[in-house]
Amino acid sequence: MSNYVINHLKELESEAIFVIREIAAQFENPVLLFSGGKDSILLTHLAKKAFYPAKIPFPLIHIDTGHNFPETIAFRDELVEKLGVKLIVGSVQEAIDKGRAKEETGADASRNSLQIVSLLDTLEAYKVDAAMGGARRDEEKARAKERFFSHRDEFGQWDPKNQRPELWNLFNGRKNYGEHFRVFPISNWTEMDVWEYIKLENIDLPSLYFSHQRDCVVRDGVILANSEFIKLKEGEEVVNMTIRYRTCGDMPITGAVESEADDLVKIIEEIATTRTTERGGRADDKRAETAMEDRKKQGYF
Amino acid sequence: MDYQDIELLRFTTAGSVDDGKSTLIGRLLYDSKSIFQDQLDAVEESSKSKGFDYVDLSLLTDGLKSEREQGITIDVAYRYFATPRRKFIIADTPGHIQYTRNMVTGASTANLAIILIDARKGMLEQTHRHAFIASLLRIPHAIVCVNKMDLVDYSEEVYDTIVSDFKAFSSKLGIKDIQFIPISALNGDNVVNRSEKMDWYQGSTLMYHLETVHISSDHNLVDCRFPIQSVIRPHTLENQDYRGFAGRVDGGVFKPGDKVKSLPSGFVSTIKTIELNGEQITEAFAPMSVTMTLEDEIDNSRGDMIVRENNVPEVSQDLEVLVTWMSASPIQARTKVVVKHTTNETVGMVKELKYKIDINTLHRIEAIDKVEMNDIARLSIRTAKPLFFDAYKKNRQTGSVIIIDEQTNETIGAGMII
Repeated sequence: MSNYVINHLKELESEAIFVIREIAAQFENPVLLFSGGKDSILLTHLAKKAFYPAKIPFPLIHIDTGHNFPETIAFRDELVEKLGVKLIVGSVQEAIDKGRAKEETGADASRNSLQIVSLLDTLEAYKVDAAMGGARRDEEKARAKERFFSHRDEFGQWDPKNQRPELWNLFNGRKNYGEHFRVFPISNWTEMDVWEYIKLENIDLPSLYFSHQRDCVVRDGVILANSEFIKLKEGEEVVNMTIRYRTCGDMPITGAVESEADDLVKIIEEIATTRTTERGGRADDKRAETAMEDRKKQGYF
Repeated sequence: MDYQDIELLRFTTAGSVDDGKSTLIGRLLYDSKSIFQDQLDAVEESSKSKGFDYVDLSLLTDGLKSEREQGITIDVAYRYFATPRRKFIIADTPGHIQYTRNMVTGASTANLAIILIDARKGMLEQTHRHAFIASLLRIPHAIVCVNKMDLVDYSEEVYDTIVSDFKAFSSKLGIKDIQFIPISALNGDNVVNRSEKMDWYQGSTLMYHLETVHISSDHNLVDCRFPIQSVIRPHTLENQDYRGFAGRVDGGVFKPGDKVKSLPSGFVSTIKTIELNGEQITEAFAPMSVTMTLEDEIDNSRGDMIVRENNVPEVSQDLEVLVTWMSASPIQARTKVVVKHTTNETVGMVKELKYKIDINTLHRIEAIDKVEMNDIARLSIRTAKPLFFDAYKKNRQTGSVIIIDEQTNETIGAGMII
């Protein structure tokens, strides 16, 4: 390699920082959607680098379903404190209490789709015109065609057939009043890139990502954490297992993997040999083949 | 192998129905083991439910429900895979003429273009189109894959004829680096593994070529260009006077101590530091995102550009551009538009429509009164304020603009400055 080449992680970093800076420059009220998962933690880390030595010039928004892992909430509060950044919490429980959203019933009930209501309400309440998220194109087929700057109409909806073309590194964030954008600075990263970069930069993660012992329930082949949010079906039993998480959503829907990987090196080794996708353990994607596409059209992350 | 130290190659593929593009991509993903079991299961199930008696690898690249219903790709889809040597991003685009704008979009960020030719059919109108778009967008490298060699008995003669036909056509285009490879995407010949059926072919496989093509000189390393994205002012006690210029290098090599000039003000200063996250950087070049501080207090803001004193871009309100029209509404002369260039944005007026290019024959069509979706045309634009630009052939970043509709805010045109 000649001297004037940067490796792919630095190139992805550079691209993401460029996009984050564009968001800050092109919009009046941008926010970072913080789920507590590794991708949004990575995004927060990149935002810190983009504006250093100034602080991150926009707040983080967390949509609290009430079904989060306690580890996620503790990690979030610590990170916000350390960075000195503002945190806005949108509560699904509140949306339910106000009658804005209706709880699902049955043993497979989840609050995943209820987040859409809280998210859109929160974005509206804070007059957010750009919400950046840690979604990646390699995660799911509906995301493979997502733009960096993804336009949403006044109802928060995505129209996959009418997306703006994106050329070179010219991002068009112009919009009419009431519309907003979702922006995805790490669109081009893969799961492996994320882990390699976390290792390279020594980024702290919640303990959920590393191997640990936990009481679990195996449902339809998915390993779920036993918690107050899960109702046991007939024939199901609670087993203590050695697991870790590859993604972190709500407790009742995020599938774990059996794993002994307790540090980054072992996790990367595990991912290099794994045969299922990261979202393969997400019960929310298994509802229908186009579950993600359908939710995205309605305004999901 | 150290995964952390590999390069990123972005390439584009254009293809029409039946030329084997999706199968080729499926093959690259499959043979590089970038396909997961659950994805493969889904594709197997889908193949079965469609009544196919083989696993259709092309289904791996199908995206949206609306596309699957129609059995076509209507948009640019991005795919990812990595080998021990490189990481790859594929911009997978449809190849039919009505999707020229999608091809142009995919090509705009590519280092390399794969042009597929069906060995049974040879050069077609669409081959001309794909090659022309690759040259128009100045993709530095092209690989012409003569596909479906299994259906012409792996004939060297058929291959040689196609290669010489292509060369005769492409000599007019000015693509710097073109390689030719005979392949069968369906059987995997010369894709990742060498074909045993074509001993007459001495060149490398497609994958080897993708892994080794020299891309380090794809960026302009001569003409220093640093468009400012924003100014970083921390307003904290320890950083009272800090004023950093945030941006991404679009050309040249910047070092601390370099004498630089700021546009449009013309003020000259010296680079004090180049940094990111507090870490000092000794040399910054494209495509690095950095923060620059200067020795003198200069009032730069977003849209300004830092360059070398003796090497400045063109500064003008008049642009001559080749555009690809992206919008269903045609454009006529005297239309007001918004022009976005680097980190700059200004209003402008389309003054004149000069000619269209027939992208199948490369002929010029003069005396036009409008430019329609998927047309490639030369326009003159006058902007309200000066822009600092280079010719697109000199720098793909400082030589490109997008044109935006003032009312709808849609991106309606993509322009390359002549």
